[in-house]
Amino acid sequence: MSFELTPLLQLITPAVGETLYMVAVSTVLAYLLGLPLGIILVVTSPGHILPNPWVERILGTIINILRSAPFIILLVALIPFTRSIIGTSIGTTAAIVPLVISAAPFVARVVESSLKEVPYGVIEAALSMGASPRQIIQKVLLPEAKASLILGVAITTISVIGYTAMAGTVGGGGLGDLAIQYGYNRFRTDIMIITVVILVVIVQFIQSLGTTLARKLTH
Amino acid sequence: MIQIKQLVKKYSSRQGNVIALDNVSLNIVQGSIYGIIGLSGAGKSTLVRCLNLLEKPTSGHIIVAGQDLPQLSGKELRQARQKIGMIFQHFYLLQSRTVAENIAFPLEIAGQSKKEISIRVKELLHLVGLEDKAGVYPGQLSGGQKQRVGIARALATKPQVLLCDEATSALDPQTTLSILNLLRDINQKLGLTIVMITHEMKVVKEICTDVAVIHEARIVENGPVESVFIRPQSDIARQFISTVFPNELPADLLKELATHRDSEIVRIQFLGSRASDPIITDLLRTCDVRANILYGSIDHLRSTLFGTLTIELLGNPEQLKAAHRYMESRELNVEVIHREL
Repeated sequence: MSFELTPLLQLITPAVGETLYMVAVSTVLAYLLGLPLGIILVVTSPGHILPNPWVERILGTIINILRSAPFIILLVALIPFTRSIIGTSIGTTAAIVPLVISAAPFVARVVESSLKEVPYGVIEAALSMGASPRQIIQKVLLPEAKASLILGVAITTISVIGYTAMAGTVGGGGLGDLAIQYGYNRFRTDIMIITVVILVVIVQFIQSLGTTLARKLTH
Repeated sequence: MIQIKQLVKKYSSRQGNVIALDNVSLNIVQGSIYGIIGLSGAGKSTLVRCLNLLEKPTSGHIIVAGQDLPQLSGKELRQARQKIGMIFQHFYLLQSRTVAENIAFPLEIAGQSKKEISIRVKELLHLVGLEDKAGVYPGQLSGGQKQRVGIARALATKPQVLLCDEATSALDPQTTLSILNLLRDINQKLGLTIVMITHEMKVVKEICTDVAVIHEARIVENGPVESVFIRPQSDIARQFISTVFPNELPADLLKELATHRDSEIVRIQFLGSRASDPIITDLLRTCDVRANILYGSIDHLRSTLFGTLTIELLGNPEQLKAAHRYMESRELNVEVIHREL
């Protein structure tokens, strides 16, 4: 049994590492881009603290365009762009670029819907105390939406895991790639089952972590 | 303390312009508790929200503590707002902060140090009687406790004016009274000017010194509470007053009384010490009329006694005239409801 398990582990261990690496880095970078965009979408909407129909409309349109492009197309279309910033368009790190570009607009929308859950009365109360827009974002919008934002992180991370399955197209590796290369193309049902089980465990873990944190932050 | 001059607020909608405030002018003196009462949709909420510019007026002046708010720059307005506290019907506390942290919030905004904040928060918790709730989240408080936190938060930066937007409308009657008592104490202790928007005359009756009645975007009547209650000029004011001092006689009774000859039905209202005078006995002895008491109530307006008595006076025209002269001499407010001679 042990001589059979070793080569299997040799295949799976690096794939798990690649998936976690791609998911973690892409999610963090997607939030660095998407969180400010989500905040801008909310505060510039009509009747909010910095209403600006032009900014809201243009930003909203760009986000919608990026979100409507299928990820597999984006992956290929962005090859020249990826090469220009990473130096190569192949490999795990190179796969992160399209993952971020695809996840950031998603994050912007998820953040937008979380921030819109904060009752406007609470924001008005802060305005009535003389709070500036910056103070309202930092001290009211983000802290009040914290639980919902964390659930959004869980949703985003899980979506990114799904996208990484396609990273194999540009040599990104990861569990999804392993499942396709070995499990599907070479009829290795055992590998297929193991990768799926591992993915289920990761998704479950992230979702319960998100739910637990969100519950702890709800008073 | 607050002067509102020719304030106009229009909203444009697809159906055309809606006028929410039509040329409103009011003068609110320092230390008063000024009630603004109106039906829903009358424009009262818009009016109070104009007083700290949460709502931007279309035209007019809003002078609070010497500053004309619509003229201020963004930064000046934010500083002026720190001197105008506000409490809300639905409290609008920050759910992610404890009671103490909620009260600290305006102080953080004003840029005070941690040490100053913690001292001030303790004072305020004591003022509103919530010392034992400092570390609790708003989700675990009752409505009355939430409004106490709202009041403490609004007073944190030592404002000169406190705006109350239907502050007691979401509370039960007992809690309403305790919140009103707290507001009255604060008004007396701190000399704070309070502006209260409400649709409940009960609130005006309990604590207001002055009242303005707003109806269909206009102020139809305003003045000291006593004079508005005794001599209301508008139907809408009369309707509001009858919600706290019901004095309509049943229609059947009026029909029956109308068959009496040489009689009239009068409503007598009296304030303060007059309420304890033996008016009716004196009236009957001096004027030789007979009286049939139909309805009477005695209550208070703030801390003054306020009485209403509806009686039927029976006698010949001469005797009735004499009765009226007597009541005038006693400075009673008399209204003839029905006369049959």
